[in-house]
Amino acid sequence: MTAHDAAATGLVLPRYHSAAGTHPPLNSPDYRSTRLRAPGRPLVPLPQGLTEVTGPLLGAGRVTAQDADLTLGPDGEALGQRIILTGRVLDSDGRPVPDTLVEIWQANAAGRYAHRVDDHPAPLDPNFTGGGRCVTDSLGRYRFVTIKPGAYPWGNHHNAWRPAHIHFSLFGRAFTQRLVTQMYFPGDPLFRFDPIFNSIPDPKARERLISAFDMDLTQPEWALGFTWDIVLRGRTATVFETGEQR
Amino acid sequence: MTAGITPSQTVGPFLAIGLPWPDGELVVPEATPGAIVITGRVLDGADAPLPDALVETWQADPDSRFDHPDDPRGPAAPAVAGFRGFGRSATDADGRYRIVTLRPGPLPAPGGGTEAPHLDVSVFARGLLDRVVTRIYFADEAAANAADPVLAALESARRGTLVARLAADSPGEFRLDIHLQGEHETVFFDV
Repeated sequence: MTAHDAAATGLVLPRYHSAAGTHPPLNSPDYRSTRLRAPGRPLVPLPQGLTEVTGPLLGAGRVTAQDADLTLGPDGEALGQRIILTGRVLDSDGRPVPDTLVEIWQANAAGRYAHRVDDHPAPLDPNFTGGGRCVTDSLGRYRFVTIKPGAYPWGNHHNAWRPAHIHFSLFGRAFTQRLVTQMYFPGDPLFRFDPIFNSIPDPKARERLISAFDMDLTQPEWALGFTWDIVLRGRTATVFETGEQR
Repeated sequence: MTAGITPSQTVGPFLAIGLPWPDGELVVPEATPGAIVITGRVLDGADAPLPDALVETWQADPDSRFDHPDDPRGPAAPAVAGFRGFGRSATDADGRYRIVTLRPGPLPAPGGGTEAPHLDVSVFARGLLDRVVTRIYFADEAAANAADPVLAALESARRGTLVARLAADSPGEFRLDIHLQGEHETVFFDV
């Protein structure tokens, strides 16, 4: 916002950085479902006003401690490779995003979702629903215990298989920061064949969706550790913010 | 120092495992005095309904305030108990979303002027590699809409794609379909 704008309204708002060039183009025809669903006309620029720089601050009231452990089924433990998955939610200026809701969902160890539409002939696990949630701590950290999802076939093209992934949903603190994405596992041989992963134009940005194996996080006789940080759009310092800059 | 922003990926066809909440569509409890319903269908470029989409809304309260520290007018606890500002509705088999809320107040616009009462909307679905963002305005706010700087910047023929109409057969219910593509394509924003 310019000084002129501020004088016109008395409003001095944070301004969130553009994510231009980071996200996949909506029109990515190699991913077949985009063909009838991606808008055909260019997006219209929307000035960041009060509705855009604010957002739902959803926290502890929406989760219980068990929600972060996806291995706890009604009749016992989920089947598969147990993993600990942790990391930080940050903004692109390096500031942690504390007290923010993180929601995840995933296929089971056999590559099957507990969803009526998934007709992949792999076994369901009655002890694995595949949904989890937690709230970041004061340093922006999240932590889940789950099982490593399997790869699965999908009908996009001949012999199409999705690399193993976990879906992540993030709010940040502003409507502008809302992000839904997918986290992948290191070294997956399916990366180069996957039109969803490869819809991200910049190879360096693609790499940011791949978690890292972490031996220090790995627990003897129990679970492998993976770390993955999520970076939301940061914001430009404004006169209004100077007092809070660290 | 700036770090690279994490890129978006599609929610895929199975978002129902992770995202819907039992109270998602209730921005306010259903019995709240003055509550309105906003409903409509999400449609693709062949006018087929999306049974696997998620519609989220975010808005000011009826007093034009946000319970948020970045509102330079100061955070304001909502005047109506239970008002969350945020709604989330997974579409049903007919592609229909439904939000129960209160009509938001008008807002000062960043460049001067006044924004008419509106909700910011995110739509997520299989086939959308990033959310698409739109707004919902109200047809019975004609004067406010005429003065709204966001609507004014649009081609006049496309403004109507953002304006929900009062249902003739259901008092307090507004309807707006979201067309992802095609002749009636909704205006989507780069925010």
